Amino acid sequence: MILQAEHITKAYGERQVLQDVSISLQEGELVCLLGVSGVGKTTLFNVLSGLTLPDSGRVLLEQEDITGKTGNLSYMLQKDLLLPHKTVLDNVALPLILKGVKKRDARNQAEEYFTQFGLQGTENKYPGQLSGGMRQRAALLRTYMCGDRVALLDEPFSALDTLTRTAMQEWYLQVMEEIQLSTIFITHDIDEAILLSDRIYIMSGNPARISDELIIEEPKPRSSEFLLSETFIEYKRSIKKHFCQ
Amino acid sequence: MTGLVPGYMLPSPIEVTQAFIADFPILMSHSKVTLLEAALGLVCGVALGFLCAALMDAYEPVRKGLYPILILTQTVPPVAIAPLLILWFSYGIAPKVVLVVLVSFFPIAIGLLEGFRSVDPDMIKLMHSMKANRWQIFWHVKFPNALGEFFSGLKIAVAYSVVGAVIAEWLGGFQGLGVYMTRVKKSYDYDKMFAVIFLVSAISLLLMAIVKVAQYKAMPWNRCQDEKQNRKEKK
Repeated sequence: MILQAEHITKAYGERQVLQDVSISLQEGELVCLLGVSGVGKTTLFNVLSGLTLPDSGRVLLEQEDITGKTGNLSYMLQKDLLLPHKTVLDNVALPLILKGVKKRDARNQAEEYFTQFGLQGTENKYPGQLSGGMRQRAALLRTYMCGDRVALLDEPFSALDTLTRTAMQEWYLQVMEEIQLSTIFITHDIDEAILLSDRIYIMSGNPARISDELIIEEPKPRSSEFLLSETFIEYKRSIKKHFCQ
Repeated sequence: MTGLVPGYMLPSPIEVTQAFIADFPILMSHSKVTLLEAALGLVCGVALGFLCAALMDAYEPVRKGLYPILILTQTVPPVAIAPLLILWFSYGIAPKVVLVVLVSFFPIAIGLLEGFRSVDPDMIKLMHSMKANRWQIFWHVKFPNALGEFFSGLKIAVAYSVVGAVIAEWLGGFQGLGVYMTRVKKSYDYDKMFAVIFLVSAISLLLMAIVKVAQYKAMPWNRCQDEKQNRKEKK
């Protein structure tokens, strides 16, 4: 167990947002938090990343208590948040520079991954010159460059149009096969959740709780053919039940 | 026109040009002084503006306390302060520089503060999640974000700085375009007076053009955006 959140409760003023939420993540696993918009998924991420202090409960990274401590998990927020005044290379190298790595070394280290992330040739461009898909790749690579053992991705593909998103999901599955990063990601897209994850937590209710946990047994790497298979439909049906009550 | 205003009061463009050419060496020697005052004042003004903006951004109580005072300093007309400054700092270059500081720091401070504060809060959140400290957030995010506003403020500040120096010189001094302007006015040399007025405008315009070039050089990422926009418009 690489990451555990135990009995997280969080309220903003009178409004109870999270009620006794416990989740866990195994080494190399891709886990998804699925729930409707505004249910409290991002709040949970803020707690996990240490940006927000929970009212009760704790977060453990490899058995070490990191509740309220930032800088332990690589967090990718909903927007790509690339700095417009830095080149793509400098944007991606930023986490290293913040850690005190020399600019040249940071650039060299970051540059090695550009091909793998499909960003070759964009090193010296500015984010304003890139397409949405490319910006998202750059943001993902920056998150990866944080170098932490766990990544939190908040709706990494939601800003993209449907066609780009499908391409990005396939690309993402491929990259994940290679880098084996333990990841929790948020989505409100059921198809995306089933296609990408090893395990799905379904969040619902007000205040939000984990209402179900689902293991996707389909072996990886998965192709887009999986989206059309009988098993896929079966998973989808069982998830839909939770949202149609 | 000659019926309304006597010819010597409203000289023709040719007369003004002739006066400009004839006076050129004198004008240049006075310009040097005025430009020196404006430049010194501007450098100090930018430094002071930067300091004010950085402090107001970093400390909420400072912002709440200082902001109204800054506004107040701008409601007092420079012409009203200049005689006092001359009284305090005598007739040399000092009161002129102080007045230029007073008029030029304000657009810089307000522009930078606006730029610092308009950073996307999510960007700050991301920086925190990457364990960035205050200084790193300032250097990597806030300062670059404020550059656009800084240059807008600087354009106003350079124009103010020249005008500020000239106004301060009107009210007492030995050298400078303002001093020369009052001198020629008192001797009814209106063609020379107009020559000075045009020179002051020309200097301001030139300085603003320099700021524009500096902005172009300092913000290469904006250039790419502009190119993209142009290409779109052409289509």
